[in-house]
Amino acid sequence: MIRKTTALLAVGAFALTGCTENNAAPAAGDARHLAVTATDDSCQVAAATAPSGTVTFSVTNSGNKVNEFYVLGSDGLRIIGEVENIGPGLSRDLVLSLAPGEYFSACKPGMVGEGIRAPFSVIDSGEQVGPAGDDKQFVDQASTAYAGYVKDQTDQLLAKTQKFVTAVKAGKDDEARTLYPDARMHWERIETVAESFGDLDPRMDAREADLEKGQAFTGWHRLEKDLWPARATGYTAMTSAERAKIADTLLADTKTLHQRTRTMSFTADEISNGAKGLLDEVAAGKVTGEEEYWSRTDLYDFQGNIDGARVAWEGLRPLLKKKDATLDGQIDKEFANLQQLLDAQKQGAGFVTYDKLSKEQVKDLSDAVNALSEPLSKMTAAVLK
Amino acid sequence: MTAVQPGGLSRRGLLAASGAGAAAAGGLSAAMMLTPGHAGATPEQAADSPAERRYDFRGEHQAGITTPAQDRMHFAAFDMDPRASREDLVALLQDWTSAAERMTDGRGAGSLGPLSGPYDAPPDDTGEAIDLPPAGLTITFGFGSSLFGGEGSGKDRFGLAARRPAALERLPHFPGDNLRQQLSDGDLCIQACSDDPQVAVHAVRNLTRIAMGRAHLRWSQLGFGRTSSTSDAQSTPRNLFGFKDGTMGLRGEETDAIDEHVWVSSGADPLAEWMTGGSYLVARKIAMRIEPWDRSSLREQERVVGRTKAEGAPLSGGTEFSQPDFAVKGRGGQPMVALDSHVGIAHPSHNDGVRLLRRGYNYVDGNDEMGRLAAGLFFIAFVTDPRTHYIPMQTKMSRDDLMQEYVQHVGSGLFAVPPGAQGDRYVGRGLFA
Ligand SMILES: [Cu+2]
Repeated sequence: MIRKTTALLAVGAFALTGCTENNAAPAAGDARHLAVTATDDSCQVAAATAPSGTVTFSVTNSGNKVNEFYVLGSDGLRIIGEVENIGPGLSRDLVLSLAPGEYFSACKPGMVGEGIRAPFSVIDSGEQVGPAGDDKQFVDQASTAYAGYVKDQTDQLLAKTQKFVTAVKAGKDDEARTLYPDARMHWERIETVAESFGDLDPRMDAREADLEKGQAFTGWHRLEKDLWPARATGYTAMTSAERAKIADTLLADTKTLHQRTRTMSFTADEISNGAKGLLDEVAAGKVTGEEEYWSRTDLYDFQGNIDGARVAWEGLRPLLKKKDATLDGQIDKEFANLQQLLDAQKQGAGFVTYDKLSKEQVKDLSDAVNALSEPLSKMTAAVLK
Repeated sequence: MTAVQPGGLSRRGLLAASGAGAAAAGGLSAAMMLTPGHAGATPEQAADSPAERRYDFRGEHQAGITTPAQDRMHFAAFDMDPRASREDLVALLQDWTSAAERMTDGRGAGSLGPLSGPYDAPPDDTGEAIDLPPAGLTITFGFGSSLFGGEGSGKDRFGLAARRPAALERLPHFPGDNLRQQLSDGDLCIQACSDDPQVAVHAVRNLTRIAMGRAHLRWSQLGFGRTSSTSDAQSTPRNLFGFKDGTMGLRGEETDAIDEHVWVSSGADPLAEWMTGGSYLVARKIAMRIEPWDRSSLREQERVVGRTKAEGAPLSGGTEFSQPDFAVKGRGGQPMVALDSHVGIAHPSHNDGVRLLRRGYNYVDGNDEMGRLAAGLFFIAFVTDPRTHYIPMQTKMSRDDLMQEYVQHVGSGLFAVPPGAQGDRYVGRGLFA
């Protein structure tokens, strides 16, 4: 589960550096570096033309309203590139690969309306410009595939949770212990999506160590402790009534999650950031053996997070290969390496318990997670560029 | 784009100004731009201020050896990823070279900088050194013996076994050693020194990040308070026992002695001609038994060291830089400077004239589980050959030095430090040529 809510957008923190003279002055004579001065009622682009190739717009918001800057296609509709959320006094760069043709530049003071538009021409410089084609179909495919995956995983999660809850309530502990890590893998595969429901996540996936004083300990890990009390000194087992209550609530919450994920859709950056988020989950809780403190089934969760990240990346691959084949190759290589290390810990249909890992094996897994996370963290920018 | 902002570009905070150009070259999207308004010091002012002090990364020798010892250090040892190839190793050294050159110059680790690049990408510099001058940052790279095929394993992963320097063996076990593997050895090492701890940590952190997937951090050590002087301009600092340390150490100004005792000369090792102009870095993490020391009498403390606590003069008399006279005897006919005192054991006259260039730092890693200060000395020395310049002396010390009662060696490493990167070459290129 998420330990802290870290949904803060890292925007505006740089406002403190707001000293503005000489702001973003482009080098004299660089026709591909254009200063843009946006105010609340004007949008001055240093030149109305640029040579084709990589063009940088250094946008300064000199007004009092939050502003935005766009480069639009000749139809005035298609967004070629944009920078949003430029606070008063701030500067941001928009860097674009522009093919020869007619465009529009636009500032949008207050972030409303059509914006203040002006024609902008890109003149053929003879320089090869990368495919500026429409990537929408790639994104659509990735989104459809990922939404389908989330639905399928929640289907399986619901079915397996149902069985798990039944076993728990019937006192069939051996069966419940077998079902537990298997059912949870489906949660872990879509963990970043599940966590996006701030009401459900703490109820369903909170670990005891992360609770605040007075906060109820419920969900998966509450039942985990009751099924694996060996590491809990002085632990008093739950009564069957207590168990039933926790189990029923877990099932009800799973149904809610299931129902909410029927109609979700995902943008490219959500999918991509989700993949990185899943790796962060691995680094934070699974590779350290904190997630499944009582059952030691951390490696199942580990695999689940990796599966989810891999599916997200695979959906985006056609786009990523086109935008940055080298990065795609790195990610491919590091997924394979990490999976190989995980495979070495397989036991039957599942995994060895976390306490069977040597310090060296944990370090190797952690190194492999870092090696994958580093290129994966660059995927969002690559697919969006 | 080659925008040159007079007096400004070198400051980390202004990187974005040049970063925009670099971003453009990469064909990236929305990038953040920091305003270059706080241009700050002119280059002339910069040269005068210790904080603005810069050392060239490139040169005949690597910086960070005879460079006047800075106040802070972050040392790190790495292991190559089991999958890494020789090409990966070369690429890593190339990437490290360019990042180190940028950072010692006060710029970011990557070409874009901490505040530029695509808005949806993590910055290629971590940013904690924004607005900080380099404060004399030096970054020094070394190769561990395991890089050349670990002893015993016989595996020559990078095809380097034939060029392993004869001097680059694992250090032997010294009496009293209590070495921990997780604080010892490594395929590669980085010594980052600066007068600002944040700058040194920033350097290691970014180089670690650049290495991910190719090499992984094995262990690292923070040091504060240099415990030796490498320049006549510096006063002798004190170690955590409260004594001046390294009075007899080599200074950068003694160029002839440096040539003799520090740099590897051409022809010294036919297999490792690539080490010419390089040196060997001995790293020892020496835990100090702080509490028992603090409870010992001043008489005992001075007897163990062989010097006065006040000025650091030898107990035979004189001032700090007087030579100890081991013949001077006091009451009872005992030498005033005991032969088994720290000074007695380490003195060049008792070690075939051998001298070390010391670059150690004090460290405190919080405390141990028993509430004792986890503190000591992170000893670093640069020598022309550890077989003549460290191993014999340390063997004697470990056996006979009175100070052994108060210290324990817990970490150890020996690294071959190649010569400096010259021209546009990467550090260590000679090994692969
Ligand atoms: Cu979780």
